[in-house]
Amino acid sequence: MIGKTSPSAPYVRKLMLDPLPPPAKASGVSLWLREKLFSSWGNAFLTVIGIGLIWLLVSHFAPWFLHGVWNADSLAACRKTIATTWGEGASGACWAVIRARWNQFIFGFYPAEIYWRPVLTFVLFLLALAPVLFSQLPRRLLWGSLVYPLVAIWLLWGGSVWPVAMIGVGFVIGAVLWRVLVAKNAILAALAAVVVPVLFWLFLTGPIDDLLGKVLPVSIQSVPSRQFGGFLLAIVLGAGGIVMSLPLGIVLALGRRSDMFLVKMFSIGFIEFVRGVPLIALLFVASLLLNYFLPPGTNFDIILRVMILVTLFSAAYIAEVIRGGLAALPRGQYEAADALGLDYWKAQRLIVLPQALKISIPGIVSSFIAMFKDTTLVTFVGLFEPLKSIPDTIRADFAWKGIYWEFFVFVGAIFFIINFGMSRYSMYLERKLKRDNR
Amino acid sequence: MPETATKLQVSDEVAVQLVDVNKWYGQFHVLRDINLTVQRGERIVIAGPSGSGKSTMIRCINRLEEHQQGKIIVDGTELTSDLKNIDKVRSEVGMVFQHFNLFPHLTILENCTLAPIWVRKIPKKEAEETAMYFLEKVKIPDQAHKYPGMLSGGQQQRVAIARSLCMRPRIMLFDEPTSALDPEMIKEVLDTMIQLAEEGMTMLCVTHEMGFAQAVANRVIFMADGQIVEQNNPHDFFHNPQSDRTKQFLSQILGH
Repeated sequence: MIGKTSPSAPYVRKLMLDPLPPPAKASGVSLWLREKLFSSWGNAFLTVIGIGLIWLLVSHFAPWFLHGVWNADSLAACRKTIATTWGEGASGACWAVIRARWNQFIFGFYPAEIYWRPVLTFVLFLLALAPVLFSQLPRRLLWGSLVYPLVAIWLLWGGSVWPVAMIGVGFVIGAVLWRVLVAKNAILAALAAVVVPVLFWLFLTGPIDDLLGKVLPVSIQSVPSRQFGGFLLAIVLGAGGIVMSLPLGIVLALGRRSDMFLVKMFSIGFIEFVRGVPLIALLFVASLLLNYFLPPGTNFDIILRVMILVTLFSAAYIAEVIRGGLAALPRGQYEAADALGLDYWKAQRLIVLPQALKISIPGIVSSFIAMFKDTTLVTFVGLFEPLKSIPDTIRADFAWKGIYWEFFVFVGAIFFIINFGMSRYSMYLERKLKRDNR
Repeated sequence: MPETATKLQVSDEVAVQLVDVNKWYGQFHVLRDINLTVQRGERIVIAGPSGSGKSTMIRCINRLEEHQQGKIIVDGTELTSDLKNIDKVRSEVGMVFQHFNLFPHLTILENCTLAPIWVRKIPKKEAEETAMYFLEKVKIPDQAHKYPGMLSGGQQQRVAIARSLCMRPRIMLFDEPTSALDPEMIKEVLDTMIQLAEEGMTMLCVTHEMGFAQAVANRVIFMADGQIVEQNNPHDFFHNPQSDRTKQFLSQILGH
């Protein structure tokens, strides 16, 4: 109506318009192709090039993959089968080696007669993980998740049950001290909750273990760390590192933003040092140097040493990711928490961290994935990780000498499945924690 | 409406006292010799040009800002670096911010029950009942299970007021509560504040809403350059300002 009269004429709407549904969207294969692949000459050109490249890759890789042989007892047998089936000169994968050495890939040199122990540990791992990952499950199940690490340690390494139980007792002592003292003085409580359990572990657990071991011997076959290998080792290191590096990363991130000078300087120094040094250097420290510094005669487990350094390494990265999340929170959130009378720790726990961690999820999960992949570097300190050490071992057998690609593809695929799972979970979590109506 | 102000009783008891308060941001002297005594039940509106220190002053009252000289006594507790005193004062003093500062990861109800549960140690059920009572009072009980991001600005600010009230504060601070709102939502927030005033809450409001000042304030304080330049009852403040700074300010905000 405005268009029909002069633009400056006074105008009053007589009839308000009702909302209408949007116009039907055109769809169809040809339209999709035109819009997404051939929208201009330049794009059509790129599409053709891209399809060509994909074809090049697939045409080289697919025959090798599909000609693969699953039943053979040596590389020579594989080659023979491929040659007779697909003709002389045909390429093909020798998957038989994966079948033949499956147990070694999964368990390393773990004693075959007690494979059930790592398998049980893994099943329990999934059960313990479920309530952590999915908040729909009853919260009481988390107590099981809390106890799980000790159960896992005992099942995997075996030996007497008492040293493992005493680790748990130490944590319980710490928790009780914290509970009792925190109302009086938070700093004293924190100190007591750390120092007393450490003293307990250092001086009391040894005699108590001996005593209980005599009175009530509960023991299973013990397995030394050097026999761990394959994905068992990778998952033990990865899961242990992930579980420990997240809380440590949070503490470091908060420390870096702290007003307390020493705490802040320590956090910055730690983060910058660890991020500035290659992981392999730290692993060498774990395998060689720690022995110099520890009192002679102490047997500090190699997997534990490596796990600690992997954790420290990952925690430094996670701390920086979380610091980014903390920085993204508006100052008003801190002020509102202060104005309501929440103290520092309550404000962090209830207001700041839930929001900061939510923002940091993609970065944290990236760090987890990177760390899980980095567990393959322990090959340099003589542990039998699945990517290099295990294949090297297998190739030492004359029957499988000369196989390379099959190992990389197989191990890569397993890593991919686990890491892709983590990535999908992080996206699920992000969607679930979304709190606005957009 | 101005008669509401005179209708309300003001007790002799002192709620907040500022004595020779000084504060600097670096070299900038933001509060200069502030002296102010607030009786219980008083409703004070603080006005002034931006950068005059009015927000800083009320933020000092619950120690969101630290003063460097002078004394601030709230409800008989002096604010020093003693954390216990600070937490005590903060749990007695409610604050409403310009940008609401609701917690976006919690529902409206959880926003209102968080501090009572964790600071006052009130059982969850009781805290929820209190929260619903105040949400009803600010007229949004039906939004209790939504998240702040789903509410309009006016609704969010009313939730923020309810959240403060759930702590049963004896003093309420308002830091430009309507400045971030669309014009059509200002009234719903002001109505809530007027209702609160009529119930005898001690209130300090930094605001540019002069209508609100005339309706409920029993004192208007005008600040400029970090000092209290003039204070008077609303009628005289608006109709008979004394200082040139005040006259200039009033002509600017009421001039068009």
